[in-house]
Amino acid sequence: MMETKTFICIQCPMGCRLLTQIENGEVQSVSGNNCVRGAFYAKQEAVTPERILTCLMRASNRDTPISVKTTKAVPKHLMYQCTEIIYATHPEAPVKSGQVLISDILGTGADVIATRDLP
Amino acid sequence: MRVNAVHAASGEMNMKTVDLLVIGGGSAGMAAAVSAYDCGVRNVMIIERSDQLGGILCQCIHNGFGVHRYHKELTGPEYAQRSAAEVQKREITCLLHAFVIDVSKERVVTVVHPQEGVFRVQAKALVLATGCRERARGALMIPGTRPAGVITAGSAQRYLNLKGYLPGKEAVILGSGDIGLIMARQFALEGIRVKEVVELMPYSSGLRRNISQCLDDFNIPLSLSSTVVEIRGRERVSSVVVAKVGPDRKPIQGTEREIACDTLVISAGLIPENELGKMAGVQMSRSTKGPVVDDCLQTSLEGVFACGNALHVHDLVDHVSEEGERAGKYAAEYVQNKVTAEEAIPVHEGFGVGGLIPQYVKKHGGSETISFVFRPRVRIANAVVTVFADKECAAKRSVSILTPGETCEIVVRREKLRQAAGIEIAAEGPDGKRA
Repeated sequence: MMETKTFICIQCPMGCRLLTQIENGEVQSVSGNNCVRGAFYAKQEAVTPERILTCLMRASNRDTPISVKTTKAVPKHLMYQCTEIIYATHPEAPVKSGQVLISDILGTGADVIATRDLP
Repeated sequence: MRVNAVHAASGEMNMKTVDLLVIGGGSAGMAAAVSAYDCGVRNVMIIERSDQLGGILCQCIHNGFGVHRYHKELTGPEYAQRSAAEVQKREITCLLHAFVIDVSKERVVTVVHPQEGVFRVQAKALVLATGCRERARGALMIPGTRPAGVITAGSAQRYLNLKGYLPGKEAVILGSGDIGLIMARQFALEGIRVKEVVELMPYSSGLRRNISQCLDDFNIPLSLSSTVVEIRGRERVSSVVVAKVGPDRKPIQGTEREIACDTLVISAGLIPENELGKMAGVQMSRSTKGPVVDDCLQTSLEGVFACGNALHVHDLVDHVSEEGERAGKYAAEYVQNKVTAEEAIPVHEGFGVGGLIPQYVKKHGGSETISFVFRPRVRIANAVVTVFADKECAAKRSVSILTPGETCEIVVRREKLRQAAGIEIAAEGPDGKRA
């Protein structure tokens, strides 16, 4: 059975309206995208939605939090499980931007890295 | 980068001279300083009130910055770091913890600094890159009690991301601009329950992708055509009353409902910060709330330039950096005496156009093409944006959807405008329909 799903592309601030035709869980066609990234996004979004996660991590020896991100998008349904692990991790400062603080979180293949220096 | 390289003379107030002084070390200011330096101006100084360069980017820990400029999705701190690295590579003086208290029309700037005390700087050229500030409860005139827990989205972001405090436990967000949406998501991730996002207009002024990834992903409800009509609570907010509004944006009686919460986050728009520009006598635009500029980003005062959110509120930091670069380049030309005073053509906001930049176009100077940026006044589908030189069409562009939430750009060749006495930009529906 052919199913139609629409998404708003989040790959860039353009916010293209993506129209996907899905048959038997597989994306048959994508329209409305202005670039190839939109097509990739729609195909992924229709099957397993993924997001880059950005949040805060607390250092064991500082009041100022460390801002962190995942190095690649993680499945949306694992978002809260990821944040629980991140909030339970307390690295010691100093931390450098780009430093890996958790590697391969929940087996997703994504590392959690610092996005700023915490001297 | 030289840090704090100013030495006040003992006793008397010292007057230092610089070629270019940039007020504000955010993305606009950093880009302006770097580009002026690269254009050959060697004596460049940035004055920044915070303890680091980067401005508001430092507290925007989410990703999505730099897609245009760096072809990469960066977080705010990462983008700031890249820009700051460019400043640090050059001999640009950065005075941190410094606050400007006065600017004269002769470009004499009075600065306060914890170690250097009060001193004055005479600048050959001045770039205003002071960013913008948020509209707060007072500007919205929300009735009710005055408890703790009423906070702007940017302040909440600062508490959370830079200071490490949770500003509340259960929040209602008023305003669905990008900052409000981003904060809704971050609150949800950090464990603050976001009960609802309330928007006065019948549409969100935020980017579409932020509605999708910040609200829809977290099942946060968005109530359009609604507003907060009362704040309740004695010491801390205990609830807010939300009502529907009519087409006149006035609350409709009988539609009120109470939402229990301990925090009301206000994300109701940004206003360019121009206390210093006004002090110096820079002419302001009622439409952008920033200085009136020509296409070289020069204000009504000679040698005073403006860029970034101080000039007009941008959707993307990438555009802020780009504008900063242009301001720096033209400021450098001014310092190097490459700019001659010349006649400028006024630019008017036509149908559907608001917040238009620039307000003047030089007949000869500047670049070959001119980019006009504006904020659509209404939502128009299949819109046609036209640049009129007098009544003649000088450029035309079709846009599938114009919304007040997203700025629109149209580029014109200068030669097409040279003969005009006046320029007008208009945004209309298909076939010139104005509805």
